[in-house]
Amino acid sequence: MPTNILMPALSPTMEKGNLAKWLKKEGDKVKSGDIIAEIETDKATMEYEAVDEGTIAKIVVPEGTQDVAVNAVIAVLAGEGEDVKAAASSAAKASAAPEKKAEAKSEAKPEVKQPPKAEAPKAPAQPAAAAKPAEAAPKQGARVFASPLAKRLAKDAGVDLSRVEGSGPHGRVIARDVEAAKSGKGLRAPGAAPAAAAGAPSIAPAMSDQQILGLYEEGSYDLVPHDSMRRTIAQRLTAATNSMPTFYLTVDCDIGKLTAAREEINAAAPKDKDGKPAYKLSVNDFVIKALALALQRVPEANVSWSEAAMLRHKHSDIGVAVALPFGLITPIIRQAETKSLSAISNEMKDLAARAKGKKLKPNEYQGGTSSVSNLGMYGIKDFTAVINPPQSSILAVGTGEERAVVRNGKIEIATLMSVTLSCDHRAIDGALGAQLITAFKTLIENPVMMIV
Amino acid sequence: MTDRAAGYFLRVLMADTSFDVIIIGSGPGGYVTAIRAAQLGFKTAIVEREYLGGICLNWGCIPTKALLRSAEIYHYMQHAKAYGLKADNVGYDAAEIVKRSRGVSKRLNDGVGFLMKKNKVQVIWGEAAIDAPGKVTVKAGRGEAPKGTLGAGQYQAKHIIIATGARPRVLPGLEPDKKLVWTYFEAMVPPAIPKSLLVVGSGAIGIEFASFYRTFGTDVTVVEVLPQILPVEDHEIQAFARKSFEKQGIKIMTGAKVTKLDKKSDSVTATIEADGKSQQITVERVISAVGVVGNIENLGLEKLGVKTERGIVVTDGLGKTSVPGIYAIGDVAGPPMLAHKAEHEGVVCIEAIKGLHPHPMNKAMIPGCTYCSPQVASVGLTEQAAKEKKLDIRVGRFPFVGNGKAIALGEDQGLVKVIFDKKTGQLLGAHMVGAEVTELIQGYVVAMNLETTEEELMHTVFPHPTLSEMMKEAVLDAYGRVLNM
Repeated sequence: MPTNILMPALSPTMEKGNLAKWLKKEGDKVKSGDIIAEIETDKATMEYEAVDEGTIAKIVVPEGTQDVAVNAVIAVLAGEGEDVKAAASSAAKASAAPEKKAEAKSEAKPEVKQPPKAEAPKAPAQPAAAAKPAEAAPKQGARVFASPLAKRLAKDAGVDLSRVEGSGPHGRVIARDVEAAKSGKGLRAPGAAPAAAAGAPSIAPAMSDQQILGLYEEGSYDLVPHDSMRRTIAQRLTAATNSMPTFYLTVDCDIGKLTAAREEINAAAPKDKDGKPAYKLSVNDFVIKALALALQRVPEANVSWSEAAMLRHKHSDIGVAVALPFGLITPIIRQAETKSLSAISNEMKDLAARAKGKKLKPNEYQGGTSSVSNLGMYGIKDFTAVINPPQSSILAVGTGEERAVVRNGKIEIATLMSVTLSCDHRAIDGALGAQLITAFKTLIENPVMMIV
Repeated sequence: MTDRAAGYFLRVLMADTSFDVIIIGSGPGGYVTAIRAAQLGFKTAIVEREYLGGICLNWGCIPTKALLRSAEIYHYMQHAKAYGLKADNVGYDAAEIVKRSRGVSKRLNDGVGFLMKKNKVQVIWGEAAIDAPGKVTVKAGRGEAPKGTLGAGQYQAKHIIIATGARPRVLPGLEPDKKLVWTYFEAMVPPAIPKSLLVVGSGAIGIEFASFYRTFGTDVTVVEVLPQILPVEDHEIQAFARKSFEKQGIKIMTGAKVTKLDKKSDSVTATIEADGKSQQITVERVISAVGVVGNIENLGLEKLGVKTERGIVVTDGLGKTSVPGIYAIGDVAGPPMLAHKAEHEGVVCIEAIKGLHPHPMNKAMIPGCTYCSPQVASVGLTEQAAKEKKLDIRVGRFPFVGNGKAIALGEDQGLVKVIFDKKTGQLLGAHMVGAEVTELIQGYVVAMNLETTEEELMHTVFPHPTLSEMMKEAVLDAYGRVLNM
């Protein structure tokens, strides 16, 4: 008898959720306790554990599907010795009307397994409380003692429990601590928590909230509570700054040819019947493509540091920082080296639009092998950007402007754009970084080479 | 040599009147605070003018429980047949019932004396007044001073904790006279069980006496000025309890007021106004149970500038009054006027003095129990209070008729009700009426204090067969998962 795997309820009030990711594929064997999928609601992501042994016969709901009803069949598991194909075909029937059928079944037949409740206490220290992009926040340190209510409140508010100062017995985090933390009170510096996270080298503690508040006259400021994105940015970038030895390389790029080519290409764009061009390339689209190709030319720099080994990426997945009203996010152009400029351009427009609507799926902003941060449109001449781990480089792009340059002993006018590459020295040494940025400069100054 | 010896002698004498902490009043708040103070290493004294253990042990909680136990057993004897038993010529002896109750009080009263000795808390016998921060004058107390106590005199202490408790409220026209119009003092030691009784006030004290006397056949009328009896309880529980009482033959008049008492030699005619109409009833005795007021008088508070408000001492949640060095806990520091609140408030107060940084008591998690039949117990928000606060709630209920143990006990009338915050799953309140619920409520109190949500309660295994299973069922009911209904 194949077992239906049902959409779990992460809380008693949950009615539907997103199937963020399958960690098993059809044909995979699973045993009790294996994590088979990631389920997310607007507030949290939870790992979904298998309760039965068997083989995944059929995945009914593909990953990335939004708003899957609780108790809908999401996959079918064939038991030991059962025919996987037969189980899969039974799933086909089941999936015809997954919702209705699943409900009817779970009432009628006791053998249909209810999915386990992915309850908070089971999960380690921080049950995916950090709303999405925070995911890399390590499951480090000691267990955080917190009351069940505090855990739930923290999850709902996107507060990282490991950073909350507990006022209960033996430092247990209780509901009022989470309430206070929402307004930033009693929050530890990220990473500094909890108290003595075994053997971690002690970093000079950040100022306490009390100390900070003490420096300003009361009433001279408004307290704006952090949302989860703000906390995530703070956490991740602090972690990056603290853990990564970073160096910076700056070059000026002559984008005269690029500007001309861009105009030419845009002018030649075919128009649809409304007169809308099929594409309109920005300088940034060229930057993305050039960085992607540069990483392919210098593959030793297309890497991520992990404690065990260096990850040498095969493709150039380029994250692009998109400013949002109260934060930022870096959606990723996958395999940008293989994509045409127009494809990159259109994909970027789509990602940026959906990022602004907070509609991005986790796999659209997680991972990546390098990033671009462009502040040229604000007239910034040059700047340095903070690397977004686990990436090991980021390119900060300044404004393109006419500057006086000396060529062959003469002063000439050229359109220059300063770019600064931040490199994680654990993964990229100075010369390697220089090779990468030189490759980039060559490409961006000679856009024709990008066509090859 | 001589000089030194004299100096030494003097110091010993001085030490006897000088303490780190003096606590005024040895009720449950005072004596528990004294023990905790001693545990924390403070040299501690406690002043008592009349009874070690205060009202609770001597004229409140404990002796009434003894009386109600007699009533309960009498009730069972009357209904022995229902359990397949024979009990003929069932009767009672009022004097013996009272004697047992006094015996229980005496035993506990002695127990407090023992605890004070064991913890090296010095008992000072008499009535205390505070002359100034750090200075207490004790005048002779009432009754015989127990052995080993100090008497009238001047005493010094860095910290003075007022734990003087409360006394029955007196309403004009309803003044107790010890003979016809009783307070709980007289009601607790009746020379005989009166044929008829008017109970004014339907809080815990009034209802417990109504229940006690009704069991022994007294014709009982309860008059309550508010729209429902047991005014602090959840509406549903109030209505359930009222129905039970009325079934037992207790007459209940709510939204009613006693406006006049006409005393004869051995009876009282009361004028009661309700719904704009006036009626008269004649009863043998009247019990005035219209609440209690704090004992703030004759302590010198006014002179010291200790802030009081509507008959209670104003404190900061850690027992501090407006005057440094002077603290107040328990009934005298405000409602809820319950022994267990006083005890915890005292512990918090002394721990704060010690610098242990305790949290102020959360008054939303103090349970309340009424030992009438059926019993009533509750903690946290009532449904009506939650709605007034505009909280989005889930309510679960489970009746005693669905519980095996309740049916086996022959106690199948009652209700368990729980209130959760819909969004967070926080247990906001629990309310119960029925057999033994005063022993059950603590389960919910622990859950609330540990900040469990419905999930932990649902995952907790409750033993079978017990009344406590209803507590889990009520939680399940709140989430549409009730099993045994």
